[in-house]
Amino acid sequence: MKKFLLITIAAMMSLALFTGCSSEELGESEETGKGKLSGTVSANGSTSMEKLIAVLSEAFMAKNPDVVVTYEATGSGAGITAASEGMADIGLSSRDLKGNEMGLDTTVIAIDGIALIVNKENPVADLTTEQIAGLAKGGISNWKDVGGNDAPVVFIGREAGSGTRDGFESIVKVSDECAYEQELTSTGAVIAAVAANKNAIGYASVAAVGDTVNMVKVNGVVCTKETILDGSYPIQRNFNIITKQGAELSAAAKAFIQFALSDEVSDVIAKAGVIQAK
Amino acid sequence: MKQKNVTEKIMNTVFIICALISITAVIGITAYMIVSGLPAIKEIGLREFLFGRVWKSTASPPQFGILPFILSSLFATFGAVLIGVPMGLLMSVFLSKIASPRLSASVRPAVELLAGIPSVVYGLVGMIVLVPFVMDVFNVKSGSTLFSAIIVLAVMILPSIVSVSESALNAVPKKYEEASLALGATKIETIFKVSIPAAKSGITAGIVLGIGRAIGEAMAVMMVAGNVANMPELFGSVRFLTTAISLEMSYAGGLQRKALFSIGLVLFVFIMIINIILNTLLKRGYKHEKR
Repeated sequence: MKKFLLITIAAMMSLALFTGCSSEELGESEETGKGKLSGTVSANGSTSMEKLIAVLSEAFMAKNPDVVVTYEATGSGAGITAASEGMADIGLSSRDLKGNEMGLDTTVIAIDGIALIVNKENPVADLTTEQIAGLAKGGISNWKDVGGNDAPVVFIGREAGSGTRDGFESIVKVSDECAYEQELTSTGAVIAAVAANKNAIGYASVAAVGDTVNMVKVNGVVCTKETILDGSYPIQRNFNIITKQGAELSAAAKAFIQFALSDEVSDVIAKAGVIQAK
Repeated sequence: MKQKNVTEKIMNTVFIICALISITAVIGITAYMIVSGLPAIKEIGLREFLFGRVWKSTASPPQFGILPFILSSLFATFGAVLIGVPMGLLMSVFLSKIASPRLSASVRPAVELLAGIPSVVYGLVGMIVLVPFVMDVFNVKSGSTLFSAIIVLAVMILPSIVSVSESALNAVPKKYEEASLALGATKIETIFKVSIPAAKSGITAGIVLGIGRAIGEAMAVMMVAGNVANMPELFGSVRFLTTAISLEMSYAGGLQRKALFSIGLVLFVFIMIINIILNTLLKRGYKHEKR
């Protein structure tokens, strides 16, 4: 009897370990009258946009307490597929649509500017995108080759899977070829490491860069909000919301997109380290 | 009388439940590690996974070779032991045999405090003090290297080596040492030829405990080692088994995520081996003393 009890308890406990991890069931979004929004907005896609969507949905849900915004970080490609197959209300993509991805609408909600930063003691102030690619890949291993001191280049970046790393590498066209000296897990850590090593160069979201490091001009253009918005600063990319053409969006999803484009959230969006698109 | 019996029974059940919780946790974690770690190994291939020299988890096609991580972890642990063990052993000799009771009573808490410092603090101090120091002194382009990680780990494993070795040295019967001194050996000779050999198993247990801590440490070394998946080099940036998991977990998906679990499984096996060695040593030491 005692033994039986023991075994039952043990079995129950080990069962309890394996439950509780099942994914939440997502309710279908539904509308209720009187102008009060309720339901679910399911977003699916780019991992780079995680922070942006997090701050936006937090602000949106604070305003509309009956709406739940869900987000699945799957990657831009998967997000576009999800939107076109109707598996998600909105797809999130940190790249623009390709020619063969048809029947979809793109709404740019924010622009991510990636600044190149060097140590304050580094005299190099202007680099071309080719030079940056050379520095990143290790082809240019001494600063004197780009007009700096006779000192080794220390290239510091983010860990694999980071949105900033993916953005930098894809725009500069050095995907998976970078010769990193350090891979760090946050923008702040990259900035701190560049500030601590006088031969370092790194990349970081422009909003996070303070005065502890110098920002390098790229192709002669300073990285500012204006140059990013007018497109003259090259290392930038759009954060897009992808929706299916002709498909009727739920009221909550429509309101969410409107909300993301409205003036009231430009500060919220800035908190995510990106610039609201206008 | 009956009342007593009931309380006795209830308490018995409470004890059993407590024991069951920890046993279930161990079994559950083991089972989970194996279940979630094996699929990626199967998909990548055991040879490719353990002996592949390239880790590019997000490239296309991705490459999942963890040999650099395994070797870096082993080298870092070996280096930390190389520096930490002689220092820890001599420190425990000092505390147990040489220092006056008053002095050792003030030094011991300091060493024990070292064990209580959170590893992130070690990492922070390492990052701010040690990394620039290594960069200047050894004239390398970046101070975030295997060497810095070894130094941090060596300091981190000191307390476990010191406290375990010291209690082993204290447990050496006085008569052994007295006999040695009576035969004309000096104090130092007695310590190295009598006390340390007699406390051998306890000291080894302390070292193995230190190895376990060094190989399982993630946070502190992540902040000083640079985290690039290179084959280990003393003054190069390296990534360890532990940091490989924590570095990429937050964004990982698909096979990459599964492969991270597999790294966890490899680390788990390492720690298990270390624990088995530790248990055998402790048991042997126990028997030895009994005799």
